[in-house]
Amino acid sequence: MFEGWLSIIVFLPAAAALFIALFLRNDSQIRWFAIGATVLNLVLIVITYADFDRGAGGVQMVDRYQDWIPVDGLRAQYLLGMDGLSAPLVLLTGLLTAVAAFASWRITLRVREYFIWLLVLETSVLGVFLALDFLLFFIFWEIELIPMFMLISVWGSGRNRYSAMKFVIFTLGGSAFMLIGILSLFLSSGVDTFAMVSIPAEGIDGIPDLIAGKDLLIPAGVIWFLLFAAFAIKMPLWPVHSWLPDAHTDAPTAVSIMLAGVLLKMGGYGLIRISVGMFQETKGFQVQDVAWLLATLAVVSIVYGAIVTLRQTDLKRLVAFSSVSHMGFVVLGVSSIVGVGGTVTQGGMNGAALQMVTHGTITGLLFLTVGLVYDRAHTRYIPDLGGLALRWPLITASMVIAGLASLGLPGLSGFVAEISVFLGTYEVWPWLTAIGAFGVVLAAGYVLWMMQRTFFGPRNERFQDIEDANFVDMIPVAALVISIVAIGVFPKLVTEVFKVGISELVRI
Amino acid sequence: MNISEFGVWLIILIPLGSFILNGLVIRPFLPRYERLSGWLTILALAIAFGLSLMAYTTVNDAHGPVDFGTHEWLSVSGLTLSIGILLDPLTAIMLIVVSGVSLMVQIYSQGYMKGDPSYIRYYAFMSLFTASMLGLVTARNIIQLFVFWELVGVSSYLLIGFWFTKPSAAAAAKKAFIVTRFGDFGFLIALLALFAEGNELLDIPTMYEQVGTIGATAAGLIALGIFAGAVGKSAQFPLHTWLPDAMEGPTPVSALIHSATMVTAGVFLVARMFPLFEAGEYTMEVVALVGAFTAVFAASMGLVAHDIKRVLAYSTVSQLGYMMLILGLGGYVAAIFHLFTHAFFKALLFLGSGSVNHATGTFDMRYMGGLRVVMPWTFTLMVIGSLSLAGIFPLAGFWSKDEILAHAAEVDSNIGWIALAAGVIAAFMTAFYMFRVIWMTFGGEYRGGSEAEAAAIVADGGEAPEVHGHPHLGESPWVMLAPMVILAVLAVGAGFLANPPVDIGVSDKHEFGHFATGNEIVFIDELADEDKVHEAIEHAGAAPEFNWNVAVASSAVALIGIYLAYLMYGSKKVSPESMANRARPVYTLLYRKYFMDELYEDWIVKRFFYGGVVRAADWFDRNVIDAVNVKLGLWTGQVGKGLGQVQNGQTQVAGLAISVGVVASIAAFLVWGS
Repeated sequence: MFEGWLSIIVFLPAAAALFIALFLRNDSQIRWFAIGATVLNLVLIVITYADFDRGAGGVQMVDRYQDWIPVDGLRAQYLLGMDGLSAPLVLLTGLLTAVAAFASWRITLRVREYFIWLLVLETSVLGVFLALDFLLFFIFWEIELIPMFMLISVWGSGRNRYSAMKFVIFTLGGSAFMLIGILSLFLSSGVDTFAMVSIPAEGIDGIPDLIAGKDLLIPAGVIWFLLFAAFAIKMPLWPVHSWLPDAHTDAPTAVSIMLAGVLLKMGGYGLIRISVGMFQETKGFQVQDVAWLLATLAVVSIVYGAIVTLRQTDLKRLVAFSSVSHMGFVVLGVSSIVGVGGTVTQGGMNGAALQMVTHGTITGLLFLTVGLVYDRAHTRYIPDLGGLALRWPLITASMVIAGLASLGLPGLSGFVAEISVFLGTYEVWPWLTAIGAFGVVLAAGYVLWMMQRTFFGPRNERFQDIEDANFVDMIPVAALVISIVAIGVFPKLVTEVFKVGISELVRI
Repeated sequence: MNISEFGVWLIILIPLGSFILNGLVIRPFLPRYERLSGWLTILALAIAFGLSLMAYTTVNDAHGPVDFGTHEWLSVSGLTLSIGILLDPLTAIMLIVVSGVSLMVQIYSQGYMKGDPSYIRYYAFMSLFTASMLGLVTARNIIQLFVFWELVGVSSYLLIGFWFTKPSAAAAAKKAFIVTRFGDFGFLIALLALFAEGNELLDIPTMYEQVGTIGATAAGLIALGIFAGAVGKSAQFPLHTWLPDAMEGPTPVSALIHSATMVTAGVFLVARMFPLFEAGEYTMEVVALVGAFTAVFAASMGLVAHDIKRVLAYSTVSQLGYMMLILGLGGYVAAIFHLFTHAFFKALLFLGSGSVNHATGTFDMRYMGGLRVVMPWTFTLMVIGSLSLAGIFPLAGFWSKDEILAHAAEVDSNIGWIALAAGVIAAFMTAFYMFRVIWMTFGGEYRGGSEAEAAAIVADGGEAPEVHGHPHLGESPWVMLAPMVILAVLAVGAGFLANPPVDIGVSDKHEFGHFATGNEIVFIDELADEDKVHEAIEHAGAAPEFNWNVAVASSAVALIGIYLAYLMYGSKKVSPESMANRARPVYTLLYRKYFMDELYEDWIVKRFFYGGVVRAADWFDRNVIDAVNVKLGLWTGQVGKGLGQVQNGQTQVAGLAISVGVVASIAAFLVWGS
């Protein structure tokens, strides 16, 4: 690929948003244009993903403008690049944004602004995954807040403004920690670069190499916790998860898909790229020292999240809490970084990375289906539903597949990620992993009970006159189902790329 | 002709293809040609059955396992998972049983499911169910086995809940999946522990060779975890509660679940992991005791049930207990042999109960009676199945049950005696309840079928059941009877002819036993010493001596059971009601299934877990975590004041504030940075 390629991918949605803002007035035109732009970007991303050289590894397709902020001793660059860790997440973002655009088909309120924000959101998330300069990463991370805030507060339902603000305050709180963390890291190590990884071909030395074994003015442990706080909130990890159910419940369908499918993965990505990637050889403190903490928080998130999920009566809130539980598996996999007897097997880390992709597609499908139900029934309150299966077989089939994937049914992608996490982590944390694995039993409980109450039982007369999902509704459903089955049967489609990135990132 | 690896994969892929074609082509695009889906499924299973026969001859020619090698499925540093085909005698036997019985059931369903509005979905799920089970028995890697294990579970979930508009069906499906998942949890932990012992041990043939490298304690714990999975799937105590409720599915589904697929998976798993169980401490004893207890415990509930399918369900649990108890005593061959014969007569009995239901519209035996006149074929076939299950000479059930009891009698230990006693008691109960079924259903006068049942329920103050066929007394069509006839032939002949105690023309002495023990590494660590190998295989019961004492005793016990059933339900010389009244507490205990459903569902799940733990956690999340979070958020977030403005509706302002905040932070950064 030529230089500038990744910038095209990142900014194509923003350019499309600008085009809509300047030239398009007709709602239907805007919809088609926005969907077209996201699909086009997905196609470009698929080409990029296929072009990623797994054999060569490293950071590829580097896009660099060295004198972006030309201040002495600062050397903040405009630096984009793709490696094995970011490539699948970029693919996930492209897929889910296209799905979200299709799922926004029925939006009628302020259509132009809605799609503009959705497209800007895609640009910012792609930026987070592709930026390799810490400052640039932070800026993309912050930009993402604006479209999310607007999308939830304007197009949401219920207590949408409260939830939007809660989301923003939590994330900004996290960002404040991250900013202080970045600053402390930069100032106390005396490095003159923000490069997050080393790229030998470009002559770039990254922070992980520069700070390895070096004395830091501010203890590495403090910096680690500052950065970790931001990622923990974003994921979210117990006990800082409470913004998530509110944000999800009140967000429109497509935004829930983006939020659960992609935005939470920014936290997981940061955890792996920064909390793990930069702190394995620091002096006085390494991430291995707190692996026990990661494992504990992960297991609490998994079990606690699943238990609270059982109690939920709002379909969206239910899926939101299940996300807390499922993102716990990501952290559990990461906690295997401490290894046994000095050797780190990378099964757990790879499982964690894969879980981010599978959770993105599966939860995306869950929210999409809940949205299809809500569009028709105008309620998400489970006791008001029931007996939908006979009338809406397509929606039911979609939910059954999503639900089974969510409870870790083999043959679908969630299983591969979970089993990798368990296999990789059991040797390191046998008891905690065993407790975490019990989350799989609880998942069967809340998923199947929800399906029984929502879809099965005697025919529901209330919704007799309302039609099942139509062809356009089923396009995004089919896209997600295909990806869930494909990864479930051929996990190598993704793991072969992830493993390249993980093996470069694990330094011990 | 010998089968290639691809041929074995086809055994799984062809039924799977039938599932996909049914679901993605026939259902959406050709819904008016629904007969296609039945024919497609039957054709797919016929091919799978043919290929299974080829697989059998291949193993028979090789006198042991056929090695096809492995394929990498997932590979990252420190975690490589391979898949492959394990074709050994156990696999060959299971393939024939599964594809053969399933084929019969699908043909029968042509009659039974005729006119059901979800005919295509039925055949789609049946194809998936069979494909999953075929995948389970051919899996070479334990993770691969676990994959199909779960797929079997989910197909049964879909089939038990097939009539999902019935709340009881939807609940039974969920119950089946969740209860078995508790067992699967143990299975999963065992997989992880086995992987931690050595990554290559997940490959089953490698595990057979290297099982000696695992310590006895570790092997024991791993085997117990695996056994937990088997207990769930095979509905052994204390995870048996889902199976009687699983009757909510269409009857042919029950026939398949109870004979060849699903419940036999647990017994198969223990047999598949046999070396691990033998290597472990106390594991064999646990298996034997759980099996022995379940054999009697389940049979006792079958004594009083009124629903014909429930009686058969308890009978299945009890017979699986038989297989487990003998596996725990080392009787590998006897267990597999019983699994083999049981599949035929149990499928026959279930299909027979479906035929009865076809005529009467009910499964409650209190409203049947007198059917021997109107459905003589069904009557005869059911009697054959019951005699075989009761273990009456010379039917198939006699030979396999006798081998179990004879093997148990040889084991001179406390557990051996307990198992033998349990086996004999269960044999008595089995004979009694099966002939109670025969006399209540086919003897005496007709008592009104589903209409009488509905009337009785209404008279009791209940609501008449919604889904109910009206009785139209008459014999079932040939498409239903023909598969039953074939199964009846097997229920008669599959014992003596397959594994005769003397040489007969069509098969050699102990033919089945010698075949089943063909994968010698399962029974001994090293194949170096031929005498020892021979001894180990003898120990597994390849060629047991016929034990006259046991044969006579168990036959006598069974005949007494049948005679008692005759006295109570045939000639009515002994009144069941007065017996029930005299032992009211015992009767209630049995009729209410030892109150296990109440214990699990009302006390543990509803009160303790949902009403206690879940409620407390939910309260804690809302009132502690969220409250603290919000306080912290307001404290850290610089835009805390924005909340007040936002609630006034000025969202644009707040949005702007954020943008300004972002720019300001970047500016601050630059100032500090330089």
